[in-house]
Formats: sequence, C-alpha cells, structure tokens
Amino acid sequence: MNLDIDDLRRRATDGVAAATTLDELHALRGELLGKKSALAEAKRALGALGPDERRQWGQRINETLREIESRLDARRDALAQSARSAQLDAERLDLTERIGRQTRGHLHLVSQTWELLEDVFVGLGFRVAEGPEIETDWHNFEALNMPPGHPARGMWDTLYVEWGAPGSTVLRTHTSPVQARVMLEHQPPIYIVAPGRVFRRDTADATHMPVFHQIEGLVIDKGITFGDLAGTIQSFTRAYFGGDFDSRLRPSYFPFTEPSAEFDIQRPDGSWLELGGCGMVHPNVLRAVNIDPDEWSGFAFGFGIDRLALMRYGVDDLREFFTNDIRFLEQF
Amino acid sequence: MKVLLSWLREFAPFDGDPIALGNTMSGLGMAVEDLVHIGANLDGIVVARVIEVRPHPSADRIQLVDVDAGDGNALQICCGAFNMTADDLVPLATLGTTMADGRTIERRKLRGQWSNGMLCSARELEMSDDADGIMILDSRFTPGAALADALEIERDVLYDLDLTGNRPDALAVAGVARDLAAKLGLPFAIPDPIVVEQGAPIAGRAAVTILDAGGCGRFVARILDNVRIEPSPPHIANRLTLCGMRPINNVVDVSNYVMLELGRPNHTFDLRKLANGSATPGIRVRRARDGERIVTLDDVERELIADDLLICDQDDRPVGLAGVMGGANTEIDEATTSVLLEMAWFDPDSIAATARRLGLRSEASIRFERGTDYEHLELCARRFAELVAPSGFTLAPGIVDARGTLPSRAPVRVRPAKVNALLGTALLGAEMRALLEPIGFAVTDAPGVDADVFDVVVPSFRPDTTTETDVAEEVARHYGYDRIVATVPSAARSGALTERQQQRRRLRHLLADLGCAEAMPMPFLAPGDLERAGLAGGGLVITNPLAAEESVLRTSLRPGLLRSIAYNESHRLRDVALFEIGRVYAPGAAGDALPHERERVSVILAGSEAPAAVAILAELCSLTGTVYTLEAGALAGLHPGRGARVFVDGVALGEVGEIHPSVLDNYGIGGRAGWLDLDLDALLDRAAAATGSRRYVPVSRFPSSDIDLAFEVDEAVTVDAVASVLRRAAGDLLVDLWLFDVFRGAPVAEGRRSLAFTLRLQAADRTLTDDEVAVVRANGIDAVQSELPARLRG
Repeated sequence: MNLDIDDLRRRATDGVAAATTLDELHALRGELLGKKSALAEAKRALGALGPDERRQWGQRINETLREIESRLDARRDALAQSARSAQLDAERLDLTERIGRQTRGHLHLVSQTWELLEDVFVGLGFRVAEGPEIETDWHNFEALNMPPGHPARGMWDTLYVEWGAPGSTVLRTHTSPVQARVMLEHQPPIYIVAPGRVFRRDTADATHMPVFHQIEGLVIDKGITFGDLAGTIQSFTRAYFGGDFDSRLRPSYFPFTEPSAEFDIQRPDGSWLELGGCGMVHPNVLRAVNIDPDEWSGFAFGFGIDRLALMRYGVDDLREFFTNDIRFLEQF
Repeated sequence: MKVLLSWLREFAPFDGDPIALGNTMSGLGMAVEDLVHIGANLDGIVVARVIEVRPHPSADRIQLVDVDAGDGNALQICCGAFNMTADDLVPLATLGTTMADGRTIERRKLRGQWSNGMLCSARELEMSDDADGIMILDSRFTPGAALADALEIERDVLYDLDLTGNRPDALAVAGVARDLAAKLGLPFAIPDPIVVEQGAPIAGRAAVTILDAGGCGRFVARILDNVRIEPSPPHIANRLTLCGMRPINNVVDVSNYVMLELGRPNHTFDLRKLANGSATPGIRVRRARDGERIVTLDDVERELIADDLLICDQDDRPVGLAGVMGGANTEIDEATTSVLLEMAWFDPDSIAATARRLGLRSEASIRFERGTDYEHLELCARRFAELVAPSGFTLAPGIVDARGTLPSRAPVRVRPAKVNALLGTALLGAEMRALLEPIGFAVTDAPGVDADVFDVVVPSFRPDTTTETDVAEEVARHYGYDRIVATVPSAARSGALTERQQQRRRLRHLLADLGCAEAMPMPFLAPGDLERAGLAGGGLVITNPLAAEESVLRTSLRPGLLRSIAYNESHRLRDVALFEIGRVYAPGAAGDALPHERERVSVILAGSEAPAAVAILAELCSLTGTVYTLEAGALAGLHPGRGARVFVDGVALGEVGEIHPSVLDNYGIGGRAGWLDLDLDALLDRAAAATGSRRYVPVSRFPSSDIDLAFEVDEAVTVDAVASVLRRAAGDLLVDLWLFDVFRGAPVAEGRRSLAFTLRLQAADRTLTDDEVAVVRANGIDAVQSELPARLRG
C-alpha cells in the first residue's frame, strides 16, 4: 500500500498546531479525515489486500485515524475555550457605570410607624377599626361622658366645621370617637385599635401640629380588669420597643375612663418617657352605647403616632413631617 | 400648682428624701413636673456693707468696692456695676461659693487688682429677673449675716404639680398633705386657728340673703376690725412668691394664702363702702339681669347676662361677680378700717360659664369650677383672721352663715367583689376601708347586705367622687397602681387586618415601589387654594380657624401635592414624584349627620408627561385585579388634550393626565407634571368585587399561536378603540392582546400612525389549525377596517 503514515501524522500534527480558528480546524479535519483524504482512500483500498496485510494496514490506519481525531478534538476544545474567553473579555462592563438616581419611592415615616403599630397590635390579637375625621359632637365628646358644657372639654382645643347646627360638627380631637362607633356597631367582645388623624386648634411648632396622628385601643369583654390593661400596655411596650423596655401606669384623669392612668415607658437606661393615656372604660361610656356595664367591662388607651415616629430616627421638629421635602422623605 | 415642703409639714410630719416624697406624689396622680431646692443657691452669700467705692486704676468698666463682710475689715471687690454707694447693704458671694450657674467664686486679679468675692444682682441669686446692677438690701440687715437668714428664706423644696381636673382637693396645700399622709401612714390634721374674738359683734352689722339657692349653696361672713394695710411679713410674702403669686399687701396676700393653703377662694369687702351709708349693711346673692353692668376690681366695666351670679349690697347694688372678681366700688384701700370677709360656696358650672365668657379665669375661679369644700368655710374665716392678727386686725364676735342648696351627698354603696373585678385585685372589704378612711371617706357597714359590702360618705372636698367606680379609683390610687398585678385578657381571639386594609397597604407600598415618595400635606387650605389648583371652590369651612390660611378643608389632594412639588422645586429639587393617600371632605346632602368624607389616592409626577401617570394607573389596577377604561376629555385643571376620566366596571373612579400648564404657573412649577387621582374607597370596592368573582381557569396544555397585525389609523382613533374591535372580532380563541409598536412618519401619512398588535390565540382542548388562525386574522382585519378609519399595513 502506498501510504506514508509518518508523513500523514506529521502533516496532521503541524496542521493542527497551525490552525488558529475553528473554521481552519474544520477545513483541516476534512482534508485529513474526509471522504477524499489519503486515509479514507487507504481504507477503501484495504479490500484489495491479502488477509495478513489487510489486518496489519487496517490496524495502522485506525490507530492513525484515532490519533489525528484526538489531536483535532483537543485543538477544537482549546480554540473554543479561547474564543469564549476572548468574547467574555470583550464583554467586560464597569458595573459602577450607572446613569440616573435611585428610583424607588418611600413611605412616609408616619405611615411606617403607623403600620408597625398596627402589626404589633394585630400580633397581640387586635383588629383595626376606622372612623371619620369629621365627627359629630356626640361621638367626639358626649358619648365619651362629656355632655355639653363639661369642663373637661377644655382639655382639647377643638376646631369646628360649619355643618349642621352650630357646634354640632368637629374635626375629631382624638381617635376616641371610634370607640363609640365600634361599640355601637358591634357586640362585645371587642378587641380593636383605631389609628387615625386628629386635629387640634394648635399653632404649629417643633412639638405641636394642628394635625397629627393617634392610635386608640379598646377592649370590651367579660371580666376585663385594670390588671389586664397594665399587662396589655406591658406586652405592647415589649413588642414595639423591645424586651428590655418596661412600662408603668400612674393615676390620671380622663372623663371617659375610670380609673384613669398615664402610661410611661422606661428605657433600658432607666429613664421614663410619658407615652399616653389609658383607663377602664367609664360605665357612662358603656351606657351611652347600650352596653351593660354590669355585664361587660373593658379598657381603652391612646397615644400619639407622630411622636414615636419622631423618636425612632431622632427627628427634632414635627413640622418636617408635613413639609414634604423630598430630602426628608427619602431618608426613611 | 406649686407646693412647698415646709408648708406641707404644717399638716403632717413628712421627712426623708424630698425626691422620694415627690415620687409618692406622682404615684398618687399629683404628677411632679419640677422639683426645686429653695435656698440652696444662697449658701455662701452674706450681707455686706459698702465702705467705699473707688475707681479702678486701669479699667473704666469696673470699679473697686471696699465692703465690710461683718468683721469690720475692708475687703476689696472688683465690680462691674455702679449702682451702689457707701453704706448700702449688698449681697456678697464669698470665696468658695458655687453660684447657680455653676461658677465657683475664687480670689483673682482683674487688671492688676485683687477681687475677694463677688457682689450679686438679684438675677444672679435667682431672686428675680432683675439683672440691672447689684441688689440693694434692706438697710436694717446686719452685715455678715447669711443672706438667707436675713431674708428669712428657709431651706425648702418646691414641688410643681400637674394636677388633673378630678382633684379639686389637691388645689390646696392641705389637700396634697392629706393625700400624701394617707399614703405614707402619717397622722394628718388641719390645725384649728387660734384667734381671739373682740369688739362689736357681727350681729346687726352685716346680714346675708341668698336669693339664688342653687347658685350659692352657703355664704359665711365675718367682720375684721382695726384693719391696717401694710406689707405682709416675709414668711407669707416669700411663700406666695415661691408659689407664683406676687405679694401686694397683708389683706390681699392672706386672701391668697388661705386659698393656696386650704383651697378656699375668698373675698374681702370694705365694710364702709359696702354699707354705702346704710345703717344695716348686707349682702344679697342673686342672678344678674341681662345687660346689668359692674365695674370689676381691674376697673373694667363688664356687661352681664342672666346666668351670671352676682353679689349685691343691701340696696341691690352689684358689688362683686361671685367667684370671679370683686367690684371696684367696695375694694379695700388704705382708708379701710373694717372688712367683711366672704367665704362662700358657689355652683361650679355657673362660675365656670361666667369666667369663660368674660375671659376671667383665675386661681379662684379654677377652684370654684372644680368644686370647693363647703364645710370648712368657718375654719377658713378664722384662719384668715389668725393670719392678719399680727397686723392688729381683730375678729368681730359672731358669724353670719347663710345657706342655699348644697350638693346632696348620698352614701355610695361599695361592693368589694365588684371593685376587685374591675381592678384585678383580691382586697378584702376591710383593706379597702383602710385605704379610704385616711383620705376622709367616712365608711359604715351597709345594713342588711353581704357583710363585706360597705357604704361610703364622700367628704365635702371630693365632689368628683359620686359612684362606686369613683371609689374604686380611690382604692386603686391608694393601694398603688404599681402593685396591681399585670395580666392579659385570656379570651381566644385573632387579630388581623381586613382584606381592604391589606389592599390599601399593598397599594401604598406599590406606589412607593414605583418610585413615588409618600407625602403628607396639611388638609387645611386657604380660601382660593382650590381655584388656584384648577378646581371648583366650595370646600367646607372651619368655624374657628387659627389662621385664614387654614380655614378651608380640602376637597382634593391636588392643592397639597402641588404645594409640595412647588416647595421642592423652590429648593432645586426637580422631577419629584409624590403620592398621598388621604381623606377629602365635601358638604354632604342637607340633613346628613356628617359631611361627605372619602379616602383618595393621588399621584403627581413632576417632570413627567401623562403616559407616566397612566403607567402607574395600570399598575394599580393590576394590583387590585381591576380593569380600567379611559374617557378622554377636558377636566378641571388638567391639560385639555392630555387628560381622561378613569372608569372601572363603568364606575367613574377619578382622573389621569397632566396638570394644566396654567395651574403649574400658579404654583411656579416649571415643566410638566403627570397626575393621577382616584377615589380609593371606590377602587377598593371594585377590587373586592373583582376578587370575589375570580375563579381558576385551567392552563391550556396546547400550544398558542400569535398573529401580528399593524394598522395605519388617524391620530384621533385611540389604541383602546382598535384593541376593543380586535378583541370582539377575535372571539373566544383570543387569550391575550397587546400593542407592541407605534410608528409615525413616512411612509405613514401625516396625522396618522401605525399601531402594531400581537393577538395570542389558544384553545383549551386542541392545537389550533392554520385555517382557524387565518379565520381570526381575517375577521380582525375586516372588523377594524370596516368599523374604524384604519387600514391594514402590508
């Protein structure tokens, strides 16, 4: 057989080394192993040989074939690898190249605090109730044991709305009228909180706004005690502020609760912060909404949301909440 | 109210740490707002006599003062004040004294001259606000004496108490002492005044007639003779000063002193002026007549109404506005020799109404309003006489004690079981009684009922306490709120937000996620603000606004958001996107109990055009599972060509578009502003309906086929119009349809545009054949071309 195996192997070795692209390599494969290649011709010519010679040449041709194939494959893998590397290298990006500013918006700090408070009370088994911001004098005062002319009405500087009979319609001065609405609409047991916007005839300064937000709590059930009030305030304090905070109740006065209390929060450093008012729902309030005070008892509490929001991030001026400066809003 | 520890000690033997005592007061509901150690700032301050005043050799603004600090030797002081001369007595801060501001006085040189102490102004000693020059002392003082001793200032502790409206008894030093002594288990007593009666008895010299029994429950009158007006002795003047009242003269000061000490407002009439020539002077208490007038002590003529309670003389001449202010015509003056002393109980509501109407709320009227004691009147009169006796006043024998109608004091039945059930305590009846008796509650066994039950007669100085619950509060107060064991309600229950509340939250969070910051403008507007925002006026009006700019309630969130954008723009903060979720208010139908109040959500996108606002609308609807349609039109305050009404399920929910450039001009906002405003209540209603009707649709396991169709249409033809024709024509096989390209310009004719849609077809039960797809395609093309001025593009 006229086949120079050594020459063939040399040509293959040199050709593979010289191929620099996958295309060249592909052409080389055709040349070396294709139908018209010397090896293919030699394979076809095997039939004409004698048995011994055929076996001998057949073995040599197959070995050569496998060797060349493996060289081509290795080279192909190497070239593919380097082509991918080159591509990846070319695709390199500066990931700090970012045009424009942050686009995510922000919830108002008061909303964030409001939602957090709702979540804490939901966790303590409360539902969330709502009521109108413009209220009747009856819901805002009278149902809360403050008949017309009651001196305690002076505790709230009230804004009146020109609607109905003079003095009959107010911008609610507290979220407590929601108590009356809930009790009129639902039979006990009642476990609700009522966050909401409230209004006072107050000049805006760093710590006062004519508009601010409160959250009210109301529990009416059988056998509810002042101890339950203290425990609920305590649970809230721990859940909202943290396990190392404490709370206490101090005697106070509100027309719609008796006994009444102020509740204070004790920070881990031992200092106290006055947070809100609370007490056992006054029997007259229960009677005003047709709940029998001999059968049911309950407690109510309330405190400001804005002040908690203020404290959370050390905001020192309440007016910031209402200016809507984007530089303020974006901080939270 | 301010209370001195030394004064409290006149009623009970309080000792121990004044701060702990303050905490006990707070624990009883008499919150200590402030606690001041009186006299501590005068340690080291002595009385010094000025020997000689000399110029400083090398300074103009200071001089050298030689003083005698008691040892007769001259002590050189450098002083920056020039108001003293030789022999003046002045306060000297000796070396080593620590001043109120924290400075310690040391021997030092000023411009080469030694200063051996500091002469003090009244301000430096915290005696008054007077900082003009050195305080010149009473010439009778002795050089070298401690200033505190010379001024008869005792070391004391001043508590400033924040008292609640239900504790009229605590508006008196004695009342605070009683509460405190009860808590601490100390004996409490109001000393009986020691006073000798002498001279002509009151009988025949004065009479009292109560014509309005409801208004005046009791009127005790006594006469003081040998009246001599002079300054009060230091211990009275000092106490009044420390408690916030300005000393005036012995009569006025003792009147105030008795009020502060015993909680008893009182009044003095010049007896001669009251008699006004009559041989039988007297007092008549009656209601005023409408339009009747009186000149009060402040020389203001007051016009009265029939509700006002009036003190008149025997001839019915008004001489005082009961409980509020005396009349000028019977005022005490230097010529007064005899005084008629009034100790009376007036109806709290009546006094409150008059004081409020005339703007004359005073320490006295506040006490009357909350309800005063009516049993101690005679004692208070004698206490008054005791306190003025050192000035030589004498108390005429006898008393006039006229009675009207006093509040009834039926016993309050107390069931310890009920009290325990309210408080969460397990106190025995006897334990409750032991808490109540020391604060003056008279306790007796209740006849014929459970042995533990008892009756309480509430003392006359606690008119706030009338029910069993009131008594329970007293039990809790004196047992100690801090001793009540904290528990939590044990009933099974679950907390949750309603679906609607959750939706509102998600919506709020989505708007933030879409790049909007939540704003919270004030809901108050100035008149004209609505019009400025391009809206109709007619907002509800606040009857008593603090300022006109805050007198109208918003009917839309738009003015507040525009103002917020304008604020930001004025601070070079452009392209700000804000949203608000808040209530708006409008007059309701006549006869409605309340005006119309709705919650709305509004978005304003500074620097963006209308499509940006529509994109947000689409996201909101997607979140709430609703489908919106738009109806273009000119809307108030919006760009006439870039605004549309928003509908969901045929219900008008609001508007979307761009703010009218003229409105932006009104606010000084440059550029454009996208705008979206929806009725949140209505949107959430629609969302609830959509959620309620939502059902599972099986996902088809067969492949879908897409058809792309592009039409050339007039600009006036909306995308929605083309899409809805396509939707109808495509029929049941259509599962989705969207616009994927808009093209203007050649070869599309001027005034027209090309809209390219993808229609996705799919069947639940089979693979669609090419023929089926071709039919839908042909139907779609036919329908659009025949119903709209549109032409399929090749």
